[in-house]
Amino acid sequence: MSIKIALAGNPNCGKTTLFNALTGSNQFVGNWPGVTVEKKEGKLKGHKDVIIMDLPGIYSLSPYTLEEVVARNYLIGERPDAILNIVDGTNIERNLYLSTQLMELGIPVIMAVNMMDIVEKNGDRIHIDRLSKKLGCEVVEISALKGTGIEKAAQKAITLANQKNIAIPVHKFAPEVESVLDVVEQKLGSDIVKEQKRFFAIKLLEKDDKIQSQMKLVPDISKEIEQIEKLFDDDTESIITNERYVYISSIIGECYTKGRKDSLTISDKIDRIVTNRILALPIFAVVMFIVYYVSVTTVGTWATDWANDGLFGEGWSLFGLEVPGIPILLDSALTAIGCADWLHGLILDGIVAGVGAVLGFVPQMLVLFIFLAFLEACGYMARVAFIMDRIFRKFGLSGKSFIPMLIGTGCGVPGVMASRTIENDRDRKMTIMTTTFIPCGAKLPIIALIAGALFGGAWWVAPSAYFVGIAAIICSGIILKKTKMFAGDPAPFVMELPSYHMPTVGNVLRSMWERGWSFIKKAGTIILLSTIVVWFTTFFGWVDGQFRMLEDMEIDHSILASIGSLVSWIFIPLGWGDWKSAVAAITGLVAKENVVGTFGILFGFAEVAEDGTEIWGTLAGSMTAIAAYSFLVFNLLCAPCFAAMGAIKREMNNAKWFWFAIGYQTALAYVVSMCVYQFGTLFTTGSFGILTVVALLFFLGFIYLLFFLGFIYLLFRPYKESSSLKLDTKNFARAK
Amino acid sequence: MKTLKDVSCGETVKVTKLTGEGPVKRRIMDMGITKGVDIFVRKVAPLGDPIEVMVRGYELSLRKADAEMISVE
Repeated sequence: MSIKIALAGNPNCGKTTLFNALTGSNQFVGNWPGVTVEKKEGKLKGHKDVIIMDLPGIYSLSPYTLEEVVARNYLIGERPDAILNIVDGTNIERNLYLSTQLMELGIPVIMAVNMMDIVEKNGDRIHIDRLSKKLGCEVVEISALKGTGIEKAAQKAITLANQKNIAIPVHKFAPEVESVLDVVEQKLGSDIVKEQKRFFAIKLLEKDDKIQSQMKLVPDISKEIEQIEKLFDDDTESIITNERYVYISSIIGECYTKGRKDSLTISDKIDRIVTNRILALPIFAVVMFIVYYVSVTTVGTWATDWANDGLFGEGWSLFGLEVPGIPILLDSALTAIGCADWLHGLILDGIVAGVGAVLGFVPQMLVLFIFLAFLEACGYMARVAFIMDRIFRKFGLSGKSFIPMLIGTGCGVPGVMASRTIENDRDRKMTIMTTTFIPCGAKLPIIALIAGALFGGAWWVAPSAYFVGIAAIICSGIILKKTKMFAGDPAPFVMELPSYHMPTVGNVLRSMWERGWSFIKKAGTIILLSTIVVWFTTFFGWVDGQFRMLEDMEIDHSILASIGSLVSWIFIPLGWGDWKSAVAAITGLVAKENVVGTFGILFGFAEVAEDGTEIWGTLAGSMTAIAAYSFLVFNLLCAPCFAAMGAIKREMNNAKWFWFAIGYQTALAYVVSMCVYQFGTLFTTGSFGILTVVALLFFLGFIYLLFFLGFIYLLFRPYKESSSLKLDTKNFARAK
Repeated sequence: MKTLKDVSCGETVKVTKLTGEGPVKRRIMDMGITKGVDIFVRKVAPLGDPIEVMVRGYELSLRKADAEMISVE
């Protein structure tokens, strides 16, 4: 029979390092069902029958964060055979707080005090024998980074799991609390096993409604709650929390001796400079510049160009040796075996071109993920949130949203993936939804096309595109924050600033690969399917009453063109209701730079430059300047390319949220473009019609959402957020 | 009544009471800010908010709006 051991501990306690050391490459990474919390499972090295479950890093078993709920549901529901509780030796007091809760679950617990090398270096001492005696569980010293003691810890956990020796918590609270707990325990139904009684009694006393809903019989203990709340003049939840820390304070003196007093550690010294009031922002700017410069402009561009133009293009040279690209190789291979034309087209123009365009981003993403993994692991990412929080929280975003948006100026795909570093679920979803509003590299050709063709290359067109993007993010943040979907989950910004430390190369690379791989898998499924559909509709159609595959220049006969004509009326209010523009916008879904190429084909040019100089004249003749600007705005804001949509799908990990994000983006694009066109026409030609009225109504509605639902106090009374939070918690309390 | 929000950098204070309720209060307490604990206010973020404090031997950052819920002396 296999043994399950759960790894539990605070964030930043070295849990992931230990997990990697214990399991090696034998890991399975996925998500917990229905939520975006990562689930990691692996087999213990050298033990095929021992499964290690890496629980999310948590501070407590409270019902308020997704990670905590996931972790405790697993612990209560699945009941692993043992818990390996990792405790950061350099921060033992707060880490023990979670331990006191884990020990109440009725599952054997073994404690591994991590970072012992640093503790010793600081001259501190942890007396594990006393700690073990006080807590009533086995304690071992380890250093996950150096790999010392971990085998012993794993071995002890296995022994413990086999013994099935249920740990009875030794720690006691104040006598008044204990007597109430005794009463509650006796009231519990018989469906709760003896060793879990204390856990359920405490949760009931804490008025934890999530636990109550898991119980068959919920005894009425309102009298006991009232009695003890009166006695302590506090709510029960706070009484219990307080008691835990009181207990820890009472034992910590004996178990932990501090070496040097009040000396600054290296981490403190770094932090003095890095988050210094004056230097913090310049340092932040430099770090961001390096990340952007390397991952987006230099190494990133080189890698992406290699992948797009070399590997999935014309070919590349390896030490002077010409290596043909995959399409070239496939082309000759398929021609050699006499493959049917349609299959040839499907493989080359559909699958390879489509998926290649997406996989082309992978090298760039991997470069970025190395940086992100490093920034996260070394502790700087928490400081980013600390420095930028003030600006971003006004728009319902996290300070960490800055990084996805910065990366998004290069490419939205890694931008969306970078949102993974944001812990808070609500902030993360908001960031995912808004990151692609920033004009990415592939949208620049569209900007160049419109600016060149209709505005005579005016200097302001490109900056205005960025302005539109930033405004869309800010307005979306303010509006979405008030919607039900984002309002419900109150999450305070109470964040640990972990000590700086040098991450290991192995951990950084592993983290990079996990993220990259999850995107590649997505490219293989949803993106593959979408590109095939677009390919089919582009290259098949009716010519002279006959359905057949089309030549390159016959796109105006394609199914896509028919769809374009069918849906083009939708874009009439936006000023570009002809089917050609509609088709161009649709092909933009495969990759935004396709918009220019499609216009080229539709206007009868086989090949156009990146900014489409050849078609400037034709395009200028086919639409007005304002219609063109509306077209630009629509393409900037609407649903991004399939690759970015794949990334959104991956990060949202939920179909409903995915469609909500795509739907919101497209709806916003539509409304904004419509306003641009209608008001633009009104001001330039003075023509006023029914559509102008509709646009005006949209605009007023937008302003209403933005301003009268709280924009004013958001800007001028920034602390309103907290009081709205209190309101939420009141409702929450009432719901109980 | 003095709250953590009013404490200037470099000062050490003792927590007397926590106001507020629900998730925010629980979160603050989970992080070790409970009655009677010493808090050292280390610094303020470059843009004036949040603040960084040292409690139970580690660094914690919290917004001034939340710091207002912590009464100190």
